[in-house]
Amino acid sequence: MDELNSLFGGFAVALSFYNLALMLVGVLLGVLIGVLPGLGGANGVAILLPLTFSMNPTSAIIMLSCIYWGALFGGAITSILFNIPGEPWSVATTFDGYPLAQQGRAGEALTASFTSSFVGAFVAVVLITFLSPLVAKFALKFGPPEFFAVYLLTFCSFVGMSKGSPFKTLAAMMLGFGLAAVGLDTVTGQLRLTFGFTPLLKGFDFLIAVIGLFGIGEILLTMEEGLAFKGARGKIDSKVVLETWKKLPKYWATLLRSSAIGCWMGITPGGATPASFMSYGVAKRMSKNGDKFGTGQLEGVIAPETAAHAAGTSALLPMLTLGIPGSPTAAVLLGGLLIWGLQPGPLLFVEQKDFVWGLIASMYLGNLAGLIVVLTTVPLFAAILRIPFSIIAPIIIVICAVGAYTVHNSMFDVYLMLVFGVLGYLFKKLDYPLAPLVLALVLGDRAEDSFRQAILGSQGDLAIFFSNPLVGSITTLALVLLFLPVINRLFALVRQPKGAA
Amino acid sequence: MEPDKQGLVSTRVMEIAVGLFLFALGLILIFDANRLGTGWGDDGPKSGYFPFYIGLILCISAAVAIYQGVRAPGAGDAFVERGQAKLIFAVLIPTIAYAVAIGLLGIYVASAAFIGVFMVWQGKFSWQKSAAISLMVVIALWLMFELWFKVPLPKGPLEALFGY
Repeated sequence: MDELNSLFGGFAVALSFYNLALMLVGVLLGVLIGVLPGLGGANGVAILLPLTFSMNPTSAIIMLSCIYWGALFGGAITSILFNIPGEPWSVATTFDGYPLAQQGRAGEALTASFTSSFVGAFVAVVLITFLSPLVAKFALKFGPPEFFAVYLLTFCSFVGMSKGSPFKTLAAMMLGFGLAAVGLDTVTGQLRLTFGFTPLLKGFDFLIAVIGLFGIGEILLTMEEGLAFKGARGKIDSKVVLETWKKLPKYWATLLRSSAIGCWMGITPGGATPASFMSYGVAKRMSKNGDKFGTGQLEGVIAPETAAHAAGTSALLPMLTLGIPGSPTAAVLLGGLLIWGLQPGPLLFVEQKDFVWGLIASMYLGNLAGLIVVLTTVPLFAAILRIPFSIIAPIIIVICAVGAYTVHNSMFDVYLMLVFGVLGYLFKKLDYPLAPLVLALVLGDRAEDSFRQAILGSQGDLAIFFSNPLVGSITTLALVLLFLPVINRLFALVRQPKGAA
Repeated sequence: MEPDKQGLVSTRVMEIAVGLFLFALGLILIFDANRLGTGWGDDGPKSGYFPFYIGLILCISAAVAIYQGVRAPGAGDAFVERGQAKLIFAVLIPTIAYAVAIGLLGIYVASAAFIGVFMVWQGKFSWQKSAAISLMVVIALWLMFELWFKVPLPKGPLEALFGY
């Protein structure tokens, strides 16, 4: 039981007073970020990242990951009370959460959603505890071809699993890769795509992109929708909590199934948002009361919340073990690791044991802290949403500008953030997905490096990506996922003879 | 139809515009990759090798996205209604002015002015209330960044008067 020993070591790291205080601050900030429109997990963490530059990496990641847990919890509050999803992954929670609130059962819905979020996260953390050392050990054998194949798998699964047009996913992703290529090419020392423009020398920082795309873009979208926040009262007392907890064990199957869906979608880069929808859909099909979904079923709140939290948490597994984030927020945390001088990937588990296990231990504690905080502070956060948007909007824009500036102390980044903001608005409205763009921007250089090293080893022969069973099967899987939309369509054609089509 | 409900541009036009924008970026990638060399150099693939294919895929997928976007049902619907566009520009234009002001006045003065003006203009708050809130935000910013976390923010002439 090596893992348990390491985990207890991790608890020793995480349980210092300083780290516990940071956890609490992180969760509170996170819930605030989750509740406010325009601030979300990804850009919230990106904005607060510069504040942690001077901390030690373990404390810094504990605080930042707790912001993330807080944001995951916070999204549910606005969904249930205001029918406004604070985060994309809580859209599915509105379907049954808001009707429940309208029936005066808001406390019940909130308790159920927070508790099931906690269960989902807990399952995912247990998975991380026991699976990630194995994955890391396995990945230690990876060479450049294997790593590139895993990158390929990541990006192809985005295309294969995209809900909208796969070509829009592809275009957004290539834009990310293109932006990542700007600046100094570290292999040859040549400048790429700078056209003599000095601020471009250091390339595009994805933190700026995240703040603009998700922050400013979201503000513009919210503005467009006209901003009437009319919500139900949210009050939770201990009686409601206990009564709801008594009902929850009845839904053990939903909890377990949704956790499994969430973990799977989090590790493969599906992300929390599709996981929550998928889990809601499956629960609707499997439940006895499936036809009543949408009218205020507790199960309809439990299913998406469990899956979203499980996915959000397990997205950190590939980030830690392979250096491949499963979601934009995980990508921002990965950026943090790089800034603190840590190289994410399998070696992290060998060289930075304290860091890794401190983080994993803090996931247990942070989620518990999150559950307690949200259960006790809901009325406070609901009150924040009653502040008029004409006050909230400029403050959020100021926070975004400060966040963008502090990344590199550069004014150019503030202008850039605005450009990304407009782009984010247009992309969102036209259904170009943002997550592949961000991930490609983060991983672009590393993917290119591993690609170059791999084909340098084989003198330009692309067969290197099929040279052994391991890399071959990953590459094949990636290609299958890439062409999944085509394959699906072919199947549909075969099943549906000419006349019908 | 009310003037505010009228569509300003159709989704089709915007699909084409964004698609062409992406297509142009793809062309830039290909163009620059050609300059750097897209082939095989002495020490492996040249600098333009990877960007060339990225640009190529970007161009192709942008072209298909335009084709699909134009033919999609609902492509003729309004991308944004007149009233919505007004609201968006009501945020966007002050924000651009704010970004420029940061460079001139420093972030504290610019932020206070931005929040205050926005509240009076969009929120119809009294100027006393707006001033109070914008001052509070700016002081909180200063405490958090300058004092507690020691992260310097851009300053302008006013801060220079105080000796910063």
